[in-house]
Amino acid sequence: MEQPLTQHINLDDPPAIDAYQRVGGYAALIKTLKEHTPMDIQQQVQASELKGRGGAGFSTAQKWSFVPMGADAPHPKYLIANADEMEPGTFKDRLLLEGNPHQLLEGMILAAYAIQADIAYIFLRWAYRRAAALLRKSIDEAYHAGYLGKNILGSGWSLQLHLHTGVGRYMCGEETALLNALEGKRATPRAKPPFPAVSGLFGKPTIVNNVETLCCIPSIVNNGAAWFKGLGRGKEGGTKLYGVSGRVNRSGCWEFPMGITVRELLDHAGGMKSGYRLKGFLPGGASTDFLTEQHLDTAMDFASMAAAGSRLGTGTMVILDDATCPVGFVHNLQHFFAQESCGWCTPCREGLPWVEKILLSIERGEASAEDIELLHMHTRFLGPGHTFCALAPGAMEPLQSALRFFKDDFDQHITEKKCPYGNHLHR
Amino acid sequence: MLTNAEIEAIHYEMSQTPHKKAAVIEALKVVLKHRGWVSDECIESIATLLDMSPTEVDSVASFYNLIYRRPVGRHIIHLCDSISCYVMGYETLYQALQQQLGIRFGETNNEQGFTLLPNCCLGCCDHAPALMIDEDLYKDVTPDHLQGILKSYT
Repeated sequence: MEQPLTQHINLDDPPAIDAYQRVGGYAALIKTLKEHTPMDIQQQVQASELKGRGGAGFSTAQKWSFVPMGADAPHPKYLIANADEMEPGTFKDRLLLEGNPHQLLEGMILAAYAIQADIAYIFLRWAYRRAAALLRKSIDEAYHAGYLGKNILGSGWSLQLHLHTGVGRYMCGEETALLNALEGKRATPRAKPPFPAVSGLFGKPTIVNNVETLCCIPSIVNNGAAWFKGLGRGKEGGTKLYGVSGRVNRSGCWEFPMGITVRELLDHAGGMKSGYRLKGFLPGGASTDFLTEQHLDTAMDFASMAAAGSRLGTGTMVILDDATCPVGFVHNLQHFFAQESCGWCTPCREGLPWVEKILLSIERGEASAEDIELLHMHTRFLGPGHTFCALAPGAMEPLQSALRFFKDDFDQHITEKKCPYGNHLHR
Repeated sequence: MLTNAEIEAIHYEMSQTPHKKAAVIEALKVVLKHRGWVSDECIESIATLLDMSPTEVDSVASFYNLIYRRPVGRHIIHLCDSISCYVMGYETLYQALQQQLGIRFGETNNEQGFTLLPNCCLGCCDHAPALMIDEDLYKDVTPDHLQGILKSYT
């Protein structure tokens, strides 16, 4: 099984530039600057059908294609690596950042070349201290080797790359909010259009790509689009980082062909811990719909997860076991979303705290059947099309599916006037 | 009043962006680094340096989780309260921390110098529950570990 993203990952001793080059690192960049035009790279990524790994699954090449190119294009253009991994239950980009930082840099430089960017940023969440130190060192090494800076490898093309560490806010993961944060503003989302590819950071053309997406680029350039497509199990190409957390025997994050089944992934995580049964799972982070045992043989790719009624999201699964109260579980998620709502639009700012309060009252046995109806109402009012960005609709995904799959648990809280799981710790 | 070192660092950050105002988060981070928190006076000084109103600066400062507008202890405990840590029992850790330090989220134990804060997912879900103290990450933490961990900071 080929594992282009993780084969050279070493968490104990992450490859410095020499070690990275010894295993073929920066070969894709050297070859590109000698032999390929920016449009060649765009076409190659287009042919690979790479989809963004941050959660939305949008075509990477199509995103790039909106950037104005040629002599009349506005400059500076920006390329940004979104390393603000803050989706609860998600810990995949950390592996790439801490295990092989030069792979990200090479992917960024290639992507920047493809759109002819002048300035690149890594937007890193504050908590990844080890990644920050490694990236600083790696950026210095890349400048020293001539892979960054002026007239890179004599190509006439120049790129500056900066590391920006955030000050904590989930919203910064949304690309237009991220741009506001980089401009020193509150991280509220911007209206689209104009899309960042046309008018982004400081009003200039900007591409924001997820860390894992960018890490796919060097191997696509080295091995070709057909090879990349062939890595996946089904129609969607490439490999994917998948993770499992919760009460399993071996939680972790691994690289598999795109489209392995939920069952295979759970098996790899060693199955459920002794004494616990699988009740449900969020396939790709806090803002994805629950799936259950009936979906164990579903492929974990964008199309199959959507067909099953959820989303692949970040591909890092959170397990709900049979000893954990589903109401408490969803309350925890809604507490997060309510707290992290940026407050820009009313439905999200007012609706999410309301949802959180209702769930707490259900959990405490103080709610009535009408409260369940109120929750259903919110899943519609805060759903797609009613809010400024995707935060509230994302928050409603686990809620609406919990109300469906775990209806008996919700009802039991109402009729018994207590949490049947004995949950009482909520602070 | 900001110190010369702070002003110099803020001027450097201003030189790194196309617009003065864009340096405001970095300016707040400079003050945090030197003082641990950002007072009203510091907000006003930053506003003067960046040609902004104090309200504008505070609207940014108060937006972000890690820009502290109240004094904090020498060490900050960031306890992850997100979903994987919830499933794996962060609430038990929180109870143990309350017992050992006598403080709840948002409070400071002045004697031992700890501030306790909840934190959104630390991206350490495969080793939940997790917490950070200042810049140090602790994984698979149980209440039994806490005393030893806290001791190393006092």
